[in-house]
Amino acid sequence: MSMNLTLKIWRQPDASSAGAMHTYQLADVSPDMSFLEMLDVLNEQLNDKGEDPIAFDHDCREGICGSCGLMINGDAHGPEVTTTCQLHMRSFKDGETITIEPWRADAFPVVKDLIVDRSAFDRIVQQGGYISVNTGSAPEAHSVPVPRDDALRAFNVATCIGCGACVAACPNGSASLFMGAKITHLGELPQGQPERDSRVVNMVAQHDHEGFGGCTNIGACTAACPKEIPLDVISQLNKDLRTAIRHGH
Amino acid sequence: MDMPDTVSAAEASASGFLDGDYDDAAGYYTPGTPLVDTKAPEGPIAERWQNRKFEARLVNPSNRRKLSIIIVGTGLAGASAAATLGEAGYNVKSFCYQDSPRRAHSIAAQGGINAAKNYKEDGDSVHRLFYDTVKGGDYRSRESNVYRLAEVSTNIIDQCVAQGVPFAREYGGLLDNRSFGGVQVSRTFYARGQTGQQLLIGAYQALERQVAAGTVSTYTRHEMLELITVDGKARGIIARDMVTGAVETHLADVVVLASGGYGNVFYLSTNAMGCNVTAAWRAHRKGAYMANPCYTQIHPTCIPVSGSHQSKLTLMSESLRNDGRIWVPKNQADCDKDPRDIPEEDRDYYLERIYPSFGNLVPRDIASRAAKNVCDEGRGVGPEVDGVRRGVYLDFSAAIERLGKKGITEKYDNLFDMYERITGENPFEVPMRIYPAVHYVMGGLWVDYDLQSTIPGLFVTGEANFSDHGANRLGASALMQGLADGYFVLPHTIRDYLADGPFEEITEDHPAVVEARESVKGRIDHFLSVNGTRSVDSYHRELGNIMWEYCGMERTETGLKKAIDLIRSLKDDFYRNVKVLGGAQTLNQSLEKAGRVADFFELGELMCIDALNRRESCGGHFRGESQTEDGEALRHDDEYAYVAAWEWAGEDSIPVLHKEDLVYTAIEMKQRSYK
Repeated sequence: MSMNLTLKIWRQPDASSAGAMHTYQLADVSPDMSFLEMLDVLNEQLNDKGEDPIAFDHDCREGICGSCGLMINGDAHGPEVTTTCQLHMRSFKDGETITIEPWRADAFPVVKDLIVDRSAFDRIVQQGGYISVNTGSAPEAHSVPVPRDDALRAFNVATCIGCGACVAACPNGSASLFMGAKITHLGELPQGQPERDSRVVNMVAQHDHEGFGGCTNIGACTAACPKEIPLDVISQLNKDLRTAIRHGH
Repeated sequence: MDMPDTVSAAEASASGFLDGDYDDAAGYYTPGTPLVDTKAPEGPIAERWQNRKFEARLVNPSNRRKLSIIIVGTGLAGASAAATLGEAGYNVKSFCYQDSPRRAHSIAAQGGINAAKNYKEDGDSVHRLFYDTVKGGDYRSRESNVYRLAEVSTNIIDQCVAQGVPFAREYGGLLDNRSFGGVQVSRTFYARGQTGQQLLIGAYQALERQVAAGTVSTYTRHEMLELITVDGKARGIIARDMVTGAVETHLADVVVLASGGYGNVFYLSTNAMGCNVTAAWRAHRKGAYMANPCYTQIHPTCIPVSGSHQSKLTLMSESLRNDGRIWVPKNQADCDKDPRDIPEEDRDYYLERIYPSFGNLVPRDIASRAAKNVCDEGRGVGPEVDGVRRGVYLDFSAAIERLGKKGITEKYDNLFDMYERITGENPFEVPMRIYPAVHYVMGGLWVDYDLQSTIPGLFVTGEANFSDHGANRLGASALMQGLADGYFVLPHTIRDYLADGPFEEITEDHPAVVEARESVKGRIDHFLSVNGTRSVDSYHRELGNIMWEYCGMERTETGLKKAIDLIRSLKDDFYRNVKVLGGAQTLNQSLEKAGRVADFFELGELMCIDALNRRESCGGHFRGESQTEDGEALRHDDEYAYVAAWEWAGEDSIPVLHKEDLVYTAIEMKQRSYK
């Protein structure tokens, strides 16, 4: 049942050094291992041999924190619709060669090996990805009913985990899906209306400032999204932006 | 370090230390003076928090920006506190080891958050939530704190809704509630199976809003490695920039630890890989007492281990036990057979057999312990790992017959998919396999009513403190506590402390600061210089096995003493034989893990000593020596109705035990019964 694999992995000591692909052989891989557990096993072997283990981001390993993210054979998070941590080795074949790279995008510079810097996402959120309500100033929760369908739609797009797969998959390196998800989540709710115009204008400005590319409706983002955020959040983003500009923003 | 407050044998006897016939932990600890003042206000329980808020001194708004606050951790308890204190105008520094505050492990909580809104008009109230929480904690929590938790629970829901947290709603547009964890009222608010994520994103957005406003600075990919104390007060931290390796000094007027729980001492748990005890443990070594460290919650329905490569465990909602029937083969010889080929008469539905009235719905700890027992007997199922099969069947075939495949799909939504993704088995065709896993720790740093530790100026919130859940935590209460502490409790109590500030200015060359920084560098250099033969992970795994075997669901005097010996020798070997490659001035994940595992060794030993001292079965814990004739848990309120607060006494000394008696004025102590 166990598999033998050839792994081609991007190694880069730090942000300022050049990187290169390195080839490793890994034997006796169980199909029940997660992809990251497979890398753990490789790292144990590297450590035993005195070679620096491969650095990669990961934390919850249950598909929710958004830390992990690898380009696997050219696909963000690999061949299944899920996060890298929830991908299992049974999705691969004995004897296969697997190419493993960090997210590819100018706005996500490599930190080391397979780790990239996604702090640009936090800076986009700082520019309006919230509802301004200080602690203690909230009205009674039932004072504003929210139609169930709106609440459902808000929830469905709020499931974004900020992993960055959308950016990595996009040929333009655009973060429009990430941004559209937040714009739609808050824009669907009555609480999000007062800041709706300024939110979209400021977030888009920060997005462009960070060096993310524009959206040309390719749809690779939504195909790579482990949470299946729909492409129409980008339509919502564009519509809100248009409306805000019409309002004089 | 000051000399610990210990007492003589005669005083110990007088203060109740040597009551009863046993002191299993004799020789492993020194009796200390009792903890008398918890700063809990007097008066009727319903008025205590109002009184405390009024009595806590105010800080003039113009003075707030001159006061600096360090907050370690950005989960619910940390992010909410950072956002709220930033809004108030304080100068806040927020630290997390992840690359973004949004990734803290609160994000993984599935079920929901309790609040005494009584929207269902089903008899809920602040008092009932208080009562259920104290009872659920098996009367081992502090009643004043728990009452306050129940009281502010309603504000949390208002706050989160206003932030845009997309809770589940009914057709009329109002919030939906469900009943959770066996309570009889519906008070749990939820966002499908991702409540933790949605609440954390709300707190994270509030935090980032303050970053933009300039009141909060975030330090991501930073790990706190030491607490700085000056003249007995917490005045800052030493943190390592995990990208550059720089050892940085951060000074402040007050330090808040919101650094989460230490379930990863068991190696395998449902915690995130990076969750660790280092921030809390470093504070403990500087004088903060650690309370009830042995109180661990073990969840019965996790996906079992598939091999020695296993790195973490995944929880599945306990609601699965509503329809699934739990069994193992009667005969060991059947354990590796296809379960579908095992005839009905050869199956042992052991929970239904032992607990006919509750059956598969017995409380978490009982279901967990029974599963471990049948596997230890050699009747477990699934892959054999290290010679044992650790799994039991959770069989839905009867429910599928009754409700149809569609009915089951509607009811359990994505759980069946999740199980299939991880195991590769379709639970509609083959019974699920489950096994218990460590999920949450109720123990943590001791805090008073103000959430202040025994070090002045060090406050502790969320899972990192011990205060609200006693010996067992109710479902949907972890999220409630994290947000209660961060949004509504700490911001009031911390101002009373800060009213005396700003404190005397200290610089980076203060001897206490230099000492803290040098000790961190010394530890780092040591780990990198050992150059032994074993990886950090291999030590961590071995420590986890010891903890699981002897300090898990069922504990005995013999087992715990054995565990302490094993941990001591493993720790010794670790310091002499660990192999950490790479350098200090770079991103080095092995080095990060080495520091965490080193602290887990010391914590693990203290957990065993705490468990040894507590010769009673209570909450989620079963002491083999304390059971009824029927083999059920037996609590001893006469001897153990106290908080065990442990003081670090130095590298080569045994810890000092301080007891805080638990007194209940608003509630009557009762023994649990489920027969």
